[in-house]
Amino acid sequence: MAINFSLIIPEMLVAGLGLLVMIISLLVPKDQKKGLAYFTVFGLIGVLVVLYFMIDAQGTLFNGMYIVDPFGSFMKILIVLSSIMAIILGVEYVEKFITGFLGEFCFFVVFATLGMITLVSAGDFITLYVALELMTISFIILVGFGKNIFRASEAAIKYLLLSALSSGVLLYGLTLVYGAAKTTSINGVMEYIAQGETAPILVLGIIFLISGFGFKISAVPFHMWTPDVYEGAPTPVTALLSVASKGAAFGVLLRVFMHALPGNQELWMPIIVVLTVLTIVLGNFVAIPQKNIKRMLAFSGVAQAGYILLGLIAFSTVGVSAALFYAMIYVFCNMGAFGVIIAFSQAGGGDEVQDYNGLWKRSPFLAAVMLASLLSLAGIPPLAGFVGKFQLFRAIMEQGYVWLVFVALGMSMVSVYYYLLVAKAMYFKDPHEDSQIKVNLPIQITLLAITLITLFLGIYPTPLTNLATQVAKTFF
Amino acid sequence: MSFPILSSILLAPVLGVLIILFIPQKEDKVIKIVAALATGLTVILSLIAYAYYDQSIGGLQFVEHIPWIDELGVAYGLGVDGISLPLVLLTAIVIFTGVFASWGLEKRVKEFFIFLLALVAGVFGVFLTTDLFFFYLFFEIAVIPMYILIGVWGSTNKEYSAMKLTIYLLVGSAFALIVIIAVYLYTGLGTFDIQTLTQQTYDIGFQKFAFLLLMVGFGFLVPMWPLHTWSPDGHVAAPTAVSMLHAGVLMKLGGYGLIRAGIFIFPEGAKFWAPVIAILCIVNVVYGAMVAMAQKDLKFVIGYSSVSHMGYVLLGVASLNTLSISGAVAQMFAHGIMTALFFALVGNVYNKAHTRMIADFGGLAHQMPRIAAGFVIAGLASLGLPGLVNFVAEFAIFVGSFRVYPVLTILAISGIVITAVYVLRVVQNVFFGPRNPKWDGLEDVRGIELVPIVILCGVLLFLGFFPSLLMELINNGVDPFVQQYLTTPKVGGMF
Repeated sequence: MAINFSLIIPEMLVAGLGLLVMIISLLVPKDQKKGLAYFTVFGLIGVLVVLYFMIDAQGTLFNGMYIVDPFGSFMKILIVLSSIMAIILGVEYVEKFITGFLGEFCFFVVFATLGMITLVSAGDFITLYVALELMTISFIILVGFGKNIFRASEAAIKYLLLSALSSGVLLYGLTLVYGAAKTTSINGVMEYIAQGETAPILVLGIIFLISGFGFKISAVPFHMWTPDVYEGAPTPVTALLSVASKGAAFGVLLRVFMHALPGNQELWMPIIVVLTVLTIVLGNFVAIPQKNIKRMLAFSGVAQAGYILLGLIAFSTVGVSAALFYAMIYVFCNMGAFGVIIAFSQAGGGDEVQDYNGLWKRSPFLAAVMLASLLSLAGIPPLAGFVGKFQLFRAIMEQGYVWLVFVALGMSMVSVYYYLLVAKAMYFKDPHEDSQIKVNLPIQITLLAITLITLFLGIYPTPLTNLATQVAKTFF
Repeated sequence: MSFPILSSILLAPVLGVLIILFIPQKEDKVIKIVAALATGLTVILSLIAYAYYDQSIGGLQFVEHIPWIDELGVAYGLGVDGISLPLVLLTAIVIFTGVFASWGLEKRVKEFFIFLLALVAGVFGVFLTTDLFFFYLFFEIAVIPMYILIGVWGSTNKEYSAMKLTIYLLVGSAFALIVIIAVYLYTGLGTFDIQTLTQQTYDIGFQKFAFLLLMVGFGFLVPMWPLHTWSPDGHVAAPTAVSMLHAGVLMKLGGYGLIRAGIFIFPEGAKFWAPVIAILCIVNVVYGAMVAMAQKDLKFVIGYSSVSHMGYVLLGVASLNTLSISGAVAQMFAHGIMTALFFALVGNVYNKAHTRMIADFGGLAHQMPRIAAGFVIAGLASLGLPGLVNFVAEFAIFVGSFRVYPVLTILAISGIVITAVYVLRVVQNVFFGPRNPKWDGLEDVRGIELVPIVILCGVLLFLGFFPSLLMELINNGVDPFVQQYLTTPKVGGMF
C-alpha cells in the first residue's frame, strides 16, 4: 500500500523546523537569538496555514498507526497556535531571566509541539505512547531549564517524577487493554469491544488509562503536580503547558474514549462523571484562597479541564463540538492571562495577586486584557467563554444530566469570585509604585489580537461553532 | 427594511464607549458631553419608537431578526411591545439624567463613563431582545461593569457590597440560564425566540419546575424577600448614577423577566406558584417599609423603600390578571423614575454635605429649597399621592389583586401607611424644622445639576396627570397575553 505522505506534511514540517532551529542555534552567537525566535514563529505560522487548508483531509497511514482526520487537524491547529503565542510572549522573558538559552527554548517548544500534534493523530497505542513521551520529555526540560530560577528546578523534578509515574500507569493500562483485545490499534480495540465481551482485565486497563490521561489534563485527584509546576516553571512554559499539553491530552483522551471505547461506555462513564464533578468542585474551591496568581490560574485550569470533560460526558456531536469550541477559546483566554503575567514580571512585578494592585494606573492595556481573559474564563458574556460554557451545559442537559448542570453552573459562579479578586486588585487598589509599564510591540500585538478574538467569538461565535460541529462529526 | 431604530438604541451607548476610548483621560468635559449625547440619543430614539408604535396593531413592532449562531438556532432578534417599550423609555430617561447627576465626578472620569455606558447597553439589550439567549447575555453584560463601578467609585463598604451584589445577581441569573436551556431542549424546535416558545404547550410538571427556578432566579433580581439582602447594600455603596440606574432600572429586569419569560411561557406553573410570590411580596412590602423606617442613613432608607415598592410589583405579577400585571409594569416605570429622583437628590446632598446621616441634618430647606422641593415630590410619589404616576400604578395593582388576594392586598395597602410614616419622617427631619447654621455654607443645586431633578419630576407629574399615555400602551401589551394564556385566572387564592 502506497503511503500518502502529503497527509503528514505538517508533522514533517514541524520536525524539520525543530532540527533546523537547533542547527542554526548552534551557529549564531548567544546574544543574537531573538531573530531565531521569530524565525521559529514564522515557521510555525507556515505550518498553521498548511493545517488550515487540510482540515478536511482524511486518511490513515502506516497500517492505521497514524490517523489524519478533521478532529486531529483541529487539535493540531490549537496546539500550533498555542506554541506560536507562547514563543512570541516568551522571547523577552527568556532573554531576561534565562539569558543565553533562547535557542533551546525555541527548539524544545517545537519538539514539544511535534509530540503533541503526533499524539492527537495517534491511531495506535505505540504511536500514542511515543508521542506522549516526546511531549513530556520536552516539557520536563522546558520546565526546568531556567536553571538560575530555584523554583524551576524543584518544579522540574516534581514534574519528572510524577510524569514518569503517570506514564507508567498509562503504559500499564495500555498493556492490559492490549492483553484483552490482542491488538494495539485503536480501531482493533473498537472492533473487539463491539463484540460485547468485557474481560475484567479490560476494565482494569480502562481505569489505568483514565488515571494516566487524568494526570495530563490535571483532573482531580491527579492534579497535585499542577500548582507547583505552574508556579515554578518559567511563565511562557507554564502558559504552553496549561493550554497545549492539556489540549493534546484532551485530543487523545477524546479519541481513545469516543473512538475505541464507545462500546462499553456504561462501564467507564460513571468514573468520568465522578472525576469531572470532583475536578470542577475542587478546582474552583481551592483556587479561592490562592495568593499567587500562577497558582490560582493552575487551579482555575484544573476546573476548566472539568468543564471540557463535560463534553465527553455528553457523548454526542453537540458535546464534542462544545468541548472543541471550549478548548479552543480556553487557549485564547489562558494565553491572554499568562501573557499579561509575562509582560508584568518582565517589568519587575511579582507573581502575587497583590502585586497587581493598581495595574489599571500603570498599564490600562494590560489590566484590560487580564480582565477580559479572566471574565472569559469565568464565562461572562460578551466574551467567548460564555458561549463555550453555554454549549457545554446544553450538551449535557440534553443527555439528562440536569443535576450536573446545577453543579457546573454553581461552581462557575464560585469561579467569578476569585477571578474578580484579581479584578479588584487591578482596579480598586492603589499601586505600590507609580511607574508606567512598557510592553513591547510583539507582545502588545499578540495580546490585542487575543482579546479581540475572545470578544469577537463571544459576540459572533458562528464561524468557530460551525467548524467545531463539522469536526465533531468525525466520531459519529 | 425600515430604519433599525431598536438597534440604534442598543448601539448608541456602545458608540459612546468607542468614542470615549479615544478621548484622553484629562479631557473630562468632552467625555461627559459625549456620554450625554450618546444617552440623549437613546432618549430621542425611544421617544420616536414610542410615538411610532402602532397601538391599533399591538404586539411586537420594529422587529429585527438576524440569524446569529446557526448551530444553536440563536437569532439576534429585537422588538418591543407594550410591556418592554415603557421600560426602554425608563432606561433611557434614567441613564440620561444619570449622566448629568455624575457631572461633578472628577475621579477616573474616562473609565467611569466607559463602564456606565457598557452597563446601560446591557440593560437596553435585555428589554429590547426577543431571544432568550440574548436576554441572558445582555443581562450578564450589565453585571460586571456594575461590580467595577461600585468598587471603584462607590462609598460605604464598597468592596464588600460590590462583590455581594455581583455574586447574588450572577447566581440569580444562573437559575434562569438552566430554564433557558431546559426549555430550549424541551421544545426541540432549536430556537430561543420568546414568541415561539410562548406559543408552545408544556406539561404541567415541567412548567412547575421551570417557573420555580425562574421565580427564584428573578427573585434575586427583583429582589424578593428573603433574597434581597444585596440590594440595600448595593444601593448605598454605589455612586449616584449607578444607584439611579440600579434601583431605577436593573431591579426591573427581574420583574420584566418574571412576566415575559415566567408567566407568559409557563402560565400553569405561574398559577401554581403565584400564592408563594404573593405571600413573600407582602413580606417585602411590610418588612421593607419597617426596616426603612429604622434607618439612619438616607440612602439606606431609599434602598429599603425600593425593596418595599418592588413588593407591589410582585403582588401585581402574582395576581395574574390584566389589570394587576399592567399595574406591575406601570409600577416598575413609576418606581424607576421616582427612585432615580431620590438617588439623584441624595447624591447632591452627599456631594455637598459629605454626610447622609439623617440625624446630622435639619432645616435643610432653608439652604436648599430646590432639593427640598424635589424630595417632597419624590416622597409624595413614594407614598402614592394621586396626581403622580405612582398612584395610578399602585391603584391598578390593588384593584387587580384585591379580586384574587383580598387579605394580602389589605396588608399591602397598609404598607403605604408605613411608607408615609418613614417618608414624612425623613422629609421632616432633614428638610424642615429650624434653620441649622452648620449648613449655611451649602449651595442649592443649580445649572446642570438641576437637569436630572427637573426631568424626573417632570415625568412623574406629567404622567401623573396623563396616565393614559402610559397605561394604554401597557394594557395593549399585557392584555392579549393574559386573554390567551391566563383566560381563567385562578380566583380565590390561599385565603
